[in-house]
Amino acid sequence: MTRFSAMSLFAKALGGHQGWPEQWPDAAPKPAYDAIIVGGGGHGLGAAYYLAKKYGITKVAVLEKGWIGGGNTGRNTTIIRSNYLYDESAHLYDHAVKLWDGLSQELNYNTMYSKRGVMMLAHNVHDIQSFKRHIHANRLNGVDNEWLTPEEAKAYCPPLNISPDARYPVLGAALQRRGGTARHDTVAWGYARAAAALGVDIIQNCAVTGINRGPDGAVTGVETTRGSIACKRIGVSAAGNTSVLMQMAGLDFPLESYPLQALVSEPVKPIFPCVVMSNTVHAYMSQSDKGELVIGAGTDQYVSYSQRGALHIVEHTLAAICEIFPIFRRMRMLRTWGGIVDVTPDRSPILGKTPVQGLYVNCGWGTGGFKATPGAGDLLAYTMAKDEPHRINAPFNLDRFRNGRLIDEAAAAAVAH
Amino acid sequence: MILIHCPYCDEKRAELEFAYAGQAHIARPADPSALSDEEWEHYLFIRANPRGRHHERWRHIHGCGRFFNAVRDTVTDKFETTYKAGEPRK
Ligand SMILES: Cc1cc2nc3c(=O)[nH]c(=O)nc-3n(C[C@H](O)[C@H](O)[C@H](O)COP(=O)(O)OP(=O)(O)OC[C@H]3O[C@@H](n4cnc5c(N)ncnc54)[C@H](O)[C@@H]3O)c2cc1C
Ligand SMILES: [Zn+2]
Repeated sequence: MTRFSAMSLFAKALGGHQGWPEQWPDAAPKPAYDAIIVGGGGHGLGAAYYLAKKYGITKVAVLEKGWIGGGNTGRNTTIIRSNYLYDESAHLYDHAVKLWDGLSQELNYNTMYSKRGVMMLAHNVHDIQSFKRHIHANRLNGVDNEWLTPEEAKAYCPPLNISPDARYPVLGAALQRRGGTARHDTVAWGYARAAAALGVDIIQNCAVTGINRGPDGAVTGVETTRGSIACKRIGVSAAGNTSVLMQMAGLDFPLESYPLQALVSEPVKPIFPCVVMSNTVHAYMSQSDKGELVIGAGTDQYVSYSQRGALHIVEHTLAAICEIFPIFRRMRMLRTWGGIVDVTPDRSPILGKTPVQGLYVNCGWGTGGFKATPGAGDLLAYTMAKDEPHRINAPFNLDRFRNGRLIDEAAAAAVAH
Repeated sequence: MILIHCPYCDEKRAELEFAYAGQAHIARPADPSALSDEEWEHYLFIRANPRGRHHERWRHIHGCGRFFNAVRDTVTDKFETTYKAGEPRK
């Protein structure tokens, strides 16, 4: 692996940038591994990297049915924040935000993590009360979050319309300054490159079609479109396709998969300095470094694996955006797309062991797991290496749907990203 | 937007007239207090979520207001059939 530095850039520039080697090899599957990760999204690639880096388990393969980062990792709107209500969630998401901080240095790859602040607008008395409750709960957990008056909100984000006669007046806002965005693809590529440098095989175009188990019920390997592979530990990190994979091991899961859409505008000069979310009006937006306004829409109402959503969902979102930001009414939209998100009944993820020995799962991040990428990877690696969950992900077990200890962020947030 | 055939109105209408109501044919327990934790988990939380043929409920909220069942392919989103509530699983 060639390390990126000012020197190496300069040296390669002299050769017209023709001399760069491939960043990691396109590996073919071997007959056996110590551990297999199913799903080459940011979470799966991160888990492979931490398995090798922190626990010395380097005979690892990441199996991806398409191309790495081609799932929700490459389709999301990249909002990063950790201002969740419950203690368990605050710890989980803040663990990830802390890892985002040094990630570019650690991977020697620019993930473009930008702490531009995530601002959530309050439009009614209920919003004010619930945001203030979040702010207090967050601060008790050491997570930064602060209340802004409408004037302070406008000073932080000048395009905001705080006129009192707006249809949805801005009565204040909650601001998490450490929140922000990162560049989705570079997270997948950075982890893939760093993991491959430690000996991990990154295998694309290799769909897992079966999970093999021995007489004692423990996993013995996987069937794939590129042959059988033996292994004693499998970590499934397949987002919207998790139910399908769990069925291969005979497990029924508390998940439903829905299409979620996003869209971007034509690129314009820098105008929008932070991330603004309005859960009440149902819109959120940021501006990418390329200049596009990045807008997240809602999910369709029905379960689907189609990887595309309906137009009326996008229309609804744009109506909301125009309502909050009249300044953008004449912007033209360039592209829309969809991903399939795996949603749990309490809107919190499932990260831990399964009833099948040797089978671990990381799923249920639904509409909001990009922000958790480094944390989820780290915790899945821990759980697989030690055969027990870390105390941060222990509450996010599968048993909670049986014993009733839900982590009900669904009720706390109603909308999540 | 998908078009949905309401078996009561016997008309194909736009999705906006309908509300999705989750997986179909999940029977409410007859004797709730007799259920084990595992049975409650299955009733409340476990869902089929198949890639392919899915039995689901819809409600014609902006029409006749009634619930009915449907079979839809979750990869193409295409409806195979819709049928009245109470009719056997298709
Ligand atoms: C439109 C949209 C906007 C979003 N916005 C945000 C946001 O602003 N902030 C945020 O935090 N989150 C957001 N999310 C959610 C976020 O994208 C996901 O939670 C996160 O990226 C999940 O990462 P992952 O690595 O688990 O999944 P993925 O990146 O989806 O990776 C899973 C991989 O598994 C592969 N796979 C599936 N089945 C198999 C198989 N049988 N064999 C081999 N490989 C398989 C898939 O091809 C895929 O590449 C958004 C999602 C969408 C769709
Ligand atoms: Zn009807």
